[in-house]
Amino acid sequence: MEKRVTFKGLWLPLLLIAPQIVITAVFFFYPAGQAIWQSLFIPDPFGLSMQWVGLGNFEYLFSDRFYRASFVTTAIFSILVTLVSMGVALYLAVLADRLIKGSGAYRTLLIWPYAVAPAVAGVLWLFMFNTRVGVVTWYLGLLGYDWNHVLNEGEAMGLVVVASAWGRISYNFLFFLAGLQAIPKSVIEAAAIDGARFWTRFRTIVWPLLSPTTFFLLVVNIIYAFFETFGVIHTITSGGPQQATTILVYKVYADGFVGQDLGSSAAQSVVLLVIVSLLTVVQFKYIERRVHY
Amino acid sequence: MATVALQSLRKSFGKTDVIHGIDIDIADGEFIVIVGPSGCGKSTLLRMVAGLETVSSGEVQIGGRRVNDVEPMDRDIAMVFQNYALYPHMSVFDNMAYGLKIAKVPKPEIAERVETAAKLLQLEPYLQRKPRELSGGQRQRVAMGRAIVRKPAVFLFDEPLSNLDAKLRVQMRLEIKALQRELGVTALYVTHDQVEAMTLADRMIVMNGGVADQIGAPLDVYANPATEFVAGFIGSPPTNFLDAALVGEQGGRIGIRPEHIRLDAAGRLTATVGYAEALGAETLVHLRTEDGTQITVRQDATLPIPGEGESRGLVWESASAMRFDAEGRRVAAG
Repeated sequence: MEKRVTFKGLWLPLLLIAPQIVITAVFFFYPAGQAIWQSLFIPDPFGLSMQWVGLGNFEYLFSDRFYRASFVTTAIFSILVTLVSMGVALYLAVLADRLIKGSGAYRTLLIWPYAVAPAVAGVLWLFMFNTRVGVVTWYLGLLGYDWNHVLNEGEAMGLVVVASAWGRISYNFLFFLAGLQAIPKSVIEAAAIDGARFWTRFRTIVWPLLSPTTFFLLVVNIIYAFFETFGVIHTITSGGPQQATTILVYKVYADGFVGQDLGSSAAQSVVLLVIVSLLTVVQFKYIERRVHY
Repeated sequence: MATVALQSLRKSFGKTDVIHGIDIDIADGEFIVIVGPSGCGKSTLLRMVAGLETVSSGEVQIGGRRVNDVEPMDRDIAMVFQNYALYPHMSVFDNMAYGLKIAKVPKPEIAERVETAAKLLQLEPYLQRKPRELSGGQRQRVAMGRAIVRKPAVFLFDEPLSNLDAKLRVQMRLEIKALQRELGVTALYVTHDQVEAMTLADRMIVMNGGVADQIGAPLDVYANPATEFVAGFIGSPPTNFLDAALVGEQGGRIGIRPEHIRLDAAGRLTATVGYAEALGAETLVHLRTEDGTQITVRQDATLPIPGEGESRGLVWESASAMRFDAEGRRVAAG
């Protein structure tokens, strides 16, 4: 039964939602509005005046080779981060699901990386892969491989992907494990009696039943890779070498705060805003329908 | 179709023994019901036959072949689970066809076998539905259909009717029995419901604390229970037990079925009438003896119902009294 409270007046309900509205207004609507407004102007070098350029910033942006490249970089980066973090998490969750003894300890240990802030995680990986003093770099050197992510674009991308995915594995693992444990054991047993071996069972029974979880994680991880990996990229590569790891969010920062091109930076934020909105629509449209089978 | 044999079958989880050695030879096409209270190990026993639990010691044979280390899928069995265990994302057709597809049976044959099973179970109109669109009884049928299409040598049922309401349970019980007869397949059926056990079984295994207290045909078990536990568990209302000393005999306890006691003005024992349950065809009279033993008498509805608080004598034939020793084992009369 649905319980609904009906208010007689207008003031009490307004008062009750006021804190939420105020926070959203101050931290979202106001800056978002500012960004949209600023994206239509070019400020002079001293910030004393602004010149109306209409959609000029956007035109300039999309004709910029580096900006278009950043889209591709973001797509590659997001797909890799999502695949790595979800793939490893699923693998670990499947193993943990079969574990009877010590699953508590195993789970607890796996959750810890989630508590590490992205910037800290970035520094951690940076130290391990530091071109001069990094432990991993040294071992790779012994194997005859010369690791240098400062110069090599592929290695730089690989490193930020691994560092970003690493902290995310815990989160995905928890959801996957919960999803796996929600599948009735007897269904798996029935499939085993029906002749399905482990891999067939996984493909035909477990994976489809896990699909709501997988889809939820897919959207959440893409959003994470898009927006929350700034700290990792900033600490490890600062977007380099040659903008090879400059994802859209990082470019907003690099162009606006480092390059002082506020008009372009604002226009980029607006583009990101549109992307977030689209992702949110997707999320609401599909994730709210929880049952997919 | 196959015989099944269990030889000194044991199971322990860690240090806890749950099955203490079960021996039985099951004939081809026989319907065996494993019955007992919860926690007696009956489901574990079934799961060992299915291959879902490992065997601690002893042997499981299906069709004369030792299958202790054979995977469930290679044992030529099919199992119906208590919660049906249907694949929720597949249609009824796909649920039933799943095992056949894995076995790489040609498509036309799959369709034919599923259709035949669906017809047998009156599931034809529902083949394209998902399990969540079916009622409990229909889901149960799908679970059986999934077992039937594979044409297994042995059917295993793990409390398949527990989740159904009483009326449906009676109906499905008859259908299961008819189906098993028609297919002539060997069946092992686990239940805690003694009525199901009595009506379905060719022979039943009455389990108590991991031990098979008695194995036999339902009516034999009913008439000649081997232990006090069996006498109390099989039959509803349960057998009345009283201390032998109460009727001037030595040691142990005496069990008398409710239908074997008659009320009279005077008898072997005097008891006070509690309340009476008139069920239509029969009446259950509950009485209490002087020492506080509860006695239930089942009498014909045509007989007068004694009033509450009245005193009555309990009369029974000596032959109908079952004697048990201190360990609960049956002692020969005399």
